[in-house]
Amino acid sequence: MPIKMTTFERHSVTPWLLLAPQLAVVAIFFFWPAAESLRQAFYVQDAFGLGERFVGLANFQHVLSSPGYWHAFGVTALFSLLVAAGAMGLALLLAVLADRVLHGARLYRVLLTWPYAVAPAVAGLLWLFMFDPVLGVLTHALAVFGVHWDAQLDPGQALALVVIASIWQQMSYNFVFFLAGLQMIPASLLEAAAIDGAGPFRCFFGITLPLLSPTAFFLLVMNSVYVLFETFATIDNTTLGGPGGATRTLVYKLYEDGFVGRDLGGSSAQSVLLMLLVGVLTFIQFRYLERRVAY
Amino acid sequence: MRYRRPGLDGLTHLLLIIGAVIFGLPLWLALTASTHSAADLQSGIAPLWFGDQGLVNYWQLLSQPMPGLGVSALRLLGNSLVMALGIALGKIAISLLAAYAIVFFRFPCRTLCFWLIFVTLMLPVEVRIVPTYGVVARFGLIDTYAGMILPLIASATATFLLRQCFLSLPSELFEAARLDGAGPLRFLKDFVLPLSRTNLAALFVIMFIYGWNQYLWPLLAANSPDHATAVISLKNLVQSTDTLPPWQLATAMTLLTVLPPVVVIVAMQRFFVRGLTDAEK
Repeated sequence: MPIKMTTFERHSVTPWLLLAPQLAVVAIFFFWPAAESLRQAFYVQDAFGLGERFVGLANFQHVLSSPGYWHAFGVTALFSLLVAAGAMGLALLLAVLADRVLHGARLYRVLLTWPYAVAPAVAGLLWLFMFDPVLGVLTHALAVFGVHWDAQLDPGQALALVVIASIWQQMSYNFVFFLAGLQMIPASLLEAAAIDGAGPFRCFFGITLPLLSPTAFFLLVMNSVYVLFETFATIDNTTLGGPGGATRTLVYKLYEDGFVGRDLGGSSAQSVLLMLLVGVLTFIQFRYLERRVAY
Repeated sequence: MRYRRPGLDGLTHLLLIIGAVIFGLPLWLALTASTHSAADLQSGIAPLWFGDQGLVNYWQLLSQPMPGLGVSALRLLGNSLVMALGIALGKIAISLLAAYAIVFFRFPCRTLCFWLIFVTLMLPVEVRIVPTYGVVARFGLIDTYAGMILPLIASATATFLLRQCFLSLPSELFEAARLDGAGPLRFLKDFVLPLSRTNLAALFVIMFIYGWNQYLWPLLAANSPDHATAVISLKNLVQSTDTLPPWQLATAMTLLTVLPPVVVIVAMQRFFVRGLTDAEK
């Protein structure tokens, strides 16, 4: 941690007073629940919540051996992959275009970033309306091509619905970062290439894309985190995890088991596993940050 | 160097316009649908242009209790505003003080304190949702604004960002303030705060949107409709009815819910971009 040379000396109580509110909030609403999760993951509660019994790793064993958990894991992974590919591809294309224009650049930026302000729950609802079986515009458009759309019955279509809504929402986030990345590429580099006779496409694939790869990697992790946590609201407003678990992600399952199923031990074990997963993602992120600093 | 080829330029604008239209389409369709009557909507495909029932629909939402919920949209939007402002201002306030202590003071366990706060960066409330509910219930904070706000401000993003910002202030500034005889509070008020204004504004934009758009936690923490937020009320309109959803009301409520954060993002575009890119560094 970098050290500031100049500090207030002879104040021993003041820093603690300043830190107290944050430490209190973090201790009560972060460390306490997190520790509770960790503890409950090793216990089983009886049906009335009166007694509990230490069971070691049995909760983890139970979770990790249940096909339902791995199904949710697979759904989450596929969901992440589709959203990352879709939202990053679209964002890169639009960011490259927005970086080129001289006129109206600010207007385009506003028109392409506002979906960031839309809640995931609302994004789900907007697309649910577009795909409504009775009056949805896209449902009717697809019918012209002979596609019968009913996301309440078709598992693939249900997943497509939440994926499209998530891509629509997450694109703007990626767009901001890609555009910032593009604007940091030194113009002299592209000029030199152009003088050497490289065309716009050559410049893009030879210079721009490699220089954007750290941004792309960062966004890949952030998009996965988005799918892990934020899409709960999208799912809860559209498909409710169905049909047949086709859109039941890890967090959706955690919520169902913990609050609907009242399985305290099992949901705590899932919490701990999720913490590990996020820990791994954060670690990867930090390794990447270190490397970027070394540039 | 950017290529100036008229054909390519035209194509660029065309593609950007197509992109903007596609991204605007869902909101446009919601806007037009919210101005039609229920009977109009049920007679076929969602309309692409406005109807004449807009005032009726919005007036019904704002003045009458919402079907299935029992409170008006005005109340829901008010709750959302309280929660979003509480989260944004609360988080900034406690983070500002903590970051100030960590950067400008030496005290035992300083590094430990920093790491204790830093760990919270990794784990959003969704991960520890069940025990968090238990803790909040134990304090009797279910169905209170405090209970809706506090678990969501227990995270280090703002502390981390402000620490970076304070570290980048020149140390000459500090020496000058000391020569003037400024104590810790005066230094914070007269030097640090004015110089961090842009960062604070950027942080506010991001945190306000984060707070307004929260879903899972307020769904659990606000048991009664009296504390429900606009975002969580939407599901009631669409999912709870056995018959066709009242889309004219659902789309109108969607528009009302989306409006405040979108206005914030458009009006404070500069701070938004800065806040977003800073917060993740």
